[in-house]
Amino acid sequence: MTLSALIIDITLWGSVAVLGFMAWQRGRVVLVSSVREGSMDFINIVPRIALGVIGSGYIAAVIPPEVITGWLGPDSGWFGVLTAVIAGAATPGGPVVGFSIGAVALKVGGGTPQVIAYVVAWALFAFQRMILWEIPFMPARFVWFRAAMSLPFPFLAAAIAMVIGKP
Amino acid sequence: MIVIGALVAVCAGLVWRRDGIDGVLRILTHDLWLFGEIMPRVLAGCLLGGFIAEILPHDKVSRALGPNSGLKGLLIGTAFGAILPGGPFTAYPVAAALLTVGADFGATIAMVVSWTLIGYGRAVAWELPILGTEFTLWRIVISLPIPVLAGALGRFVFVRMYPKGEPEPPA
Repeated sequence: MTLSALIIDITLWGSVAVLGFMAWQRGRVVLVSSVREGSMDFINIVPRIALGVIGSGYIAAVIPPEVITGWLGPDSGWFGVLTAVIAGAATPGGPVVGFSIGAVALKVGGGTPQVIAYVVAWALFAFQRMILWEIPFMPARFVWFRAAMSLPFPFLAAAIAMVIGKP
Repeated sequence: MIVIGALVAVCAGLVWRRDGIDGVLRILTHDLWLFGEIMPRVLAGCLLGGFIAEILPHDKVSRALGPNSGLKGLLIGTAFGAILPGGPFTAYPVAAALLTVGADFGATIAMVVSWTLIGYGRAVAWELPILGTEFTLWRIVISLPIPVLAGALGRFVFVRMYPKGEPEPPA
């Protein structure tokens, strides 16, 4: 287990302890009912997370990262931005894969607006995160609505990057 | 979930054809490991969501983050998403809890989008070392307005899709 994972676990359980203490101060009933509520959520979510974790591994194995890098190639302009957005949503794996592909694309000559669009689209739509985390935890209507409302923004980010000429 | 299950079955079949049963089992054991590793964090996230749902007063949340909270509600959602510690195992249960205690879709969208785009955890741990400081900082600066805009767009569309409020209570 790495140091950053340890820090995450400490902050996470620390927050649980602090909020648990606050609930306990409101009285035992509040503490018991919130723990029961949280545990019920947990039990409901475990099978969905199981499908997400195990399932997305197979989906990721079918989409090799090289394919994504190919899409991101050195083509530029708005077509490149569109490709970058699709590539961002289709990128399998965690943050290491997403950011590394962005770094490779920069090295092989991809334009920065395109790479910005890629990173933003990956943050907003990466299918593995949506399947694994967002859909199990949030009401499905919210997830689709959120994704639809986010659609314009990778393009906006690319446009801002083009206008200001940075990074 | 049925769609996802079918997609998974198809992909597992493709892996089996390409790599044989060994490939299928290798991914399965790796993912079972990962599953065991994140389970405690998921539990912590669910407990956080449970506590937040009980502790935060409903009327205050709906005033601060509800449909009539205006720009201020979107800004609070954005700030909250940006400072929230932990990974997806905290962000989504907490967002779901906010929805149940009276935050509207707009403010919750602002929170989720802010967490994915300007949350410091991922940027510091992965983006800075891999993509470099200059790229990361500009990427974040460019992303700053997006949570508020996405939340405002969400609110704008939501009241036109459901003028009488939500068609059914949230799950």
